[in-house]
Amino acid sequence: MSFQPKNPMVKWVEHRLPIVGMVHHALYDYPTPKNLSYWWTFGSLAGFMLVVQIITGIVLSMHYTPHVDLAFNSVEHIMRDVNYGWLLRYMHANGASMFFIVVYLHIFRGLYYGSYKAPRELLWWLGLVIFLLMMATAFMGYVLPWGQMSFWGATVITNLFGAIPVVGDTIVTWLWGGFSVDNPTLNRFFSLHYLLPFVIVGVVILHIWSLHTNGSNNPTGLDLKEKSDSIPFHPYYTIKDLFGLAVFLIFFSAFLFYAPNYLGHPDNYIPANPLVTPAHIVPEWYFLPFYAILRAVPDKLGGVLLMFGAIAILFLLPWLDRSRIRSARFRPIYKQLFWIFVADCILLTYIGGKPAEGAYILWGRIATIYYFVHILILLPLVGLFEKPKPLPASISEDVLAKKGSAGEASNA
Amino acid sequence: MLKLIKSLSAAALLSVVAISGAHAAGAAIEYKSVDWSHEGPFGTYDRAAAQRGLQVYREVCAGCHSLEQVSFRTLADLGFTEDEIKAIAAEGTYMDGPNDEGDMFERAGKPFDKFPSPFANEKAARASNGGAFPPDLSLIVKARPGFENYLYSLLTGYEDAPEDHKLPAGMAYNAYFAGHNIAMPAPLAEDGVEYADGTKASVDQMAKDVTVFLAWAAEPKLEERKNMGLKVILFLLLLGGIFYAAKRKVWSDLH
Repeated sequence: MSFQPKNPMVKWVEHRLPIVGMVHHALYDYPTPKNLSYWWTFGSLAGFMLVVQIITGIVLSMHYTPHVDLAFNSVEHIMRDVNYGWLLRYMHANGASMFFIVVYLHIFRGLYYGSYKAPRELLWWLGLVIFLLMMATAFMGYVLPWGQMSFWGATVITNLFGAIPVVGDTIVTWLWGGFSVDNPTLNRFFSLHYLLPFVIVGVVILHIWSLHTNGSNNPTGLDLKEKSDSIPFHPYYTIKDLFGLAVFLIFFSAFLFYAPNYLGHPDNYIPANPLVTPAHIVPEWYFLPFYAILRAVPDKLGGVLLMFGAIAILFLLPWLDRSRIRSARFRPIYKQLFWIFVADCILLTYIGGKPAEGAYILWGRIATIYYFVHILILLPLVGLFEKPKPLPASISEDVLAKKGSAGEASNA
Repeated sequence: MLKLIKSLSAAALLSVVAISGAHAAGAAIEYKSVDWSHEGPFGTYDRAAAQRGLQVYREVCAGCHSLEQVSFRTLADLGFTEDEIKAIAAEGTYMDGPNDEGDMFERAGKPFDKFPSPFANEKAARASNGGAFPPDLSLIVKARPGFENYLYSLLTGYEDAPEDHKLPAGMAYNAYFAGHNIAMPAPLAEDGVEYADGTKASVDQMAKDVTVFLAWAAEPKLEERKNMGLKVILFLLLLGGIFYAAKRKVWSDLH
C-alpha cells in the first residue's frame, strides 16, 4: 500500500508482479508491536539457521557419497581434503543443534505468551509442522555419516514403525527398501534429507504469511489498538534482530570452533557395523525428551503412540488452554506451571540420555505423566479457575507505565 | 534483557547438566588425566611429541593397526620436510595400475598415498590376531569416550589381573578397557623404540607421544579451527558492539 517505487525499472516490474512491494511490506513497513522483547528474536534466528543449513548442506553434498561403503570415508575426505570442509561439516552438524535450540526457545516463548491463541491457531500449527519436518530432516541427516550411531539410531527409530498392528513389518521393510537398514535406506534418506529443507522453506513462507496477517503477539498479549502501539519493522526490529544475531553467532562459534564434537557422540566416529551393537544407543540431544517418553511405556506400541501423541496434543493447545488472557505476565498460576513444565522437559531430556534402568525408569515415567497432565488437565483447569491480574489498556500504556515506574528503558 | 539473560543462562546451565549427564552414561571408568598441549582455546599440537609418536606408531602400532584416513603429505603439518615425507612414504609398497600393457604393478609409496594397512582385509586381520580385529587408528581419539585420556590410560593400564578376575585365554588385563579383557597384548615396553632426539623411551613417554600423534591424526585441522575461531569471535564482538550502539541510536527517538 505504502510502497511507491520511484525507479522506473522497479515500477515496470511492480506493475506486472508486485513482488518488491510484498517484500517491502513484509520486511520494511510491517507494523510491529513496539514492546517486543529479545524473546522475539528467536524466530528470525530460526530462519537464519535454516538458510545456514541449506547452504552448508548443498556444498557438503557436492563432496559426500551416499553409499554404505563410501559414506563414512567421504565425510573424512570432507574433514581432511576439502578446502574448509571441516568448517562446513562442523557448521552443519552443530548448526542442526543450534537450529533446535532457537526453535525450542521460540516454541517456549509461544507457550509463555499464549502466541497460539486466536487468531493465531494456524500460525501455531504451521510452526508445529515445521518442527515435525525438522525432526525428520535432522534424523535422516544424522544417518548420512554412516557411523555406528547413524546406523543403530536409524535401526531403532525405523523399527518403531514395526509396532503398528498388522502392517507394521511391511511398513518397516518398505521404509528400509530391504530387510535391514542398508544401502537403499541410506540412499533414500540422503534424497529426502536434501528435499525436506525446501519443504520447510515452503511452510516457513506460509508461517510468515499467517504471522503477518494478524501481526506478531507481544509480551502483553494485547492486540494492537492505537497507532502508537506499533512501529515499522525496519529499522527498529531489523537492527534489534541483527544485534540478537551477533550475540547468537558468538554462542554458535563457541561450539563450532572450540567444542565441535561436544554435542555429538564418539561412537559416530566408528564406521557403521551391523554386527556390533553399541552399549547405549542414544539419539541426538534434541530428541532426548521424546526418547524418554518412548521408553517410559513398557509396551512398544504404547510408547510409540505416546511419543507421537506428545507432539500431536500440541496441535490442540489453542483449544485446551481455556484462558482468554494470552500473556503469562497476567496469569499468576499459569506462570508457575509454565516454569514447572520447562523443568519437566529438561528432566525428560536428562532421562532420555540415561540407560533405561533403576531410578531412571521411575523418573522417566513421572516426568512423562506430568508432561501430559500439564497439557491435558492443568492447562484447561487453570484457565477456568485462575484470577488474572488487571490488564493494561493498551501496549503503549504498558510501555509508559513501565518506563515511569522503573525509570529504565523498558525493553532495551 | 537482563531477565532474558538470566532465564537463558539458567536454562542453559540445566541443559548442560542434562546433556553432560546423558554423555556420561557410558563412562563408568575414571581415566588418567594429562594436560595435553593441544587442549584449551589456544592449544597447539606438541610437534616434537607428535613426531616421536609417529615413530611409535610406525614401529609398534602399525604391525597390526591401519591408519587408513591419513595421507603422508599431511605429515607436513607436524613439521616434516618434503624429503622426509617422501622417504617415509617410499618405505611402503602399493599395488597400482593397470599400466599401458594392462598389468598391475607394485610401486613405492608417494606422499599422496594413505598410510599402508597391515592386513588386506578384516578377515586376514582377525586370522592373524586370534580372532580379534585391531581397529583403524585414524579416528580412535575421537571415537572413544575420554578421548586422549582414554588412549593414554589404556596404553599405560596393563596390569596383572586381580586374583578374583578370570582372564580368558589369550587375553590381557587392562584396568581401563571396558570389561578389562583386552585382546591386544601390552604393546609398549621400556625402550621399545630408540628416539632420535634422545628422549628416554619409557612406556609413559611413548604412550603420551603416540597419543599426541593420533590426536593429530583424528583432528588434523584443530589448530586452523581454533585460530579461525579466535578471529571470528573477536570480529563478532566488534560487530555485536556496533549493532548494539546502532540499536540504541535507532530506538532512542521512540522513548
